Amino acid sequence: MTRVLTGLRAWVVQRISGAYLAAFIFYVLLAMAAAPPRDYTAWAAWMGAPAMVVATGLFFVALLYHAWVGVRDVILDYVHPLAARAAVLGLVLAALLAQGIWVAAVLAEVTAWP
Amino acid sequence: MNTTNPRPPARPKHLDLLRIRFPVGAVLSVGHRASGLLLFLLMPVFIYLFARSLDGREGFDGVVALFASPLVRLVLFVALWALVHHLLAGLRFLVMDLGLGETRPRARQSAWLVFILEGMIMLAILVALL
Repeated sequence: MTRVLTGLRAWVVQRISGAYLAAFIFYVLLAMAAAPPRDYTAWAAWMGAPAMVVATGLFFVALLYHAWVGVRDVILDYVHPLAARAAVLGLVLAALLAQGIWVAAVLAEVTAWP
Repeated sequence: MNTTNPRPPARPKHLDLLRIRFPVGAVLSVGHRASGLLLFLLMPVFIYLFARSLDGREGFDGVVALFASPLVRLVLFVALWALVHHLLAGLRFLVMDLGLGETRPRARQSAWLVFILEGMIMLAILVALL
């Protein structure tokens, strides 16, 4: 795939990440409905299982990328002056990266390392 | 596409948003964008609650206690609407990208289906939150 003036990669990523986000949300809803964690111990144990940490980490990577592509599309549609566009895009990117670091720290903390 | 009709209905010659009637698919699409933007804005709130709920027993109990407030439940309801609409409309787009239901009547039916499902889910959520 060429990187020159093509939205194909973003289009594909948006759909793959969207499918994963939907699947993960359905899984979590089902798991929560089947056995809702009653207290902190149960919740932390469920979230800290290595498989769950990996799946959740993947969820947030997909979420941040999905949000980036979607919000970027909106900005490109409505913000036209180049300087303003660059500033808003930069702000959004910084906010998303900061949230990624935040979530990574939370997940690292809760992981029950095998 | 009906090519035998020689005289298609006159197109509106104005851009009055109060007089233009959007087709259901357009309403769904605008809602998909609006809900996506709202979800993006709520992401830090969600991550904060996620982080706090995993930050010891007090953090977990604090998050649970937060949802006793009617105002928080109202925000939760709006956030869940955004999630439900974005998810269902997004799944519809995924199905259409596979080449299914792309004709105009089918697309309108699936758009209505999304709104009907969405209404039923939001009604159930409303009952659960009240």
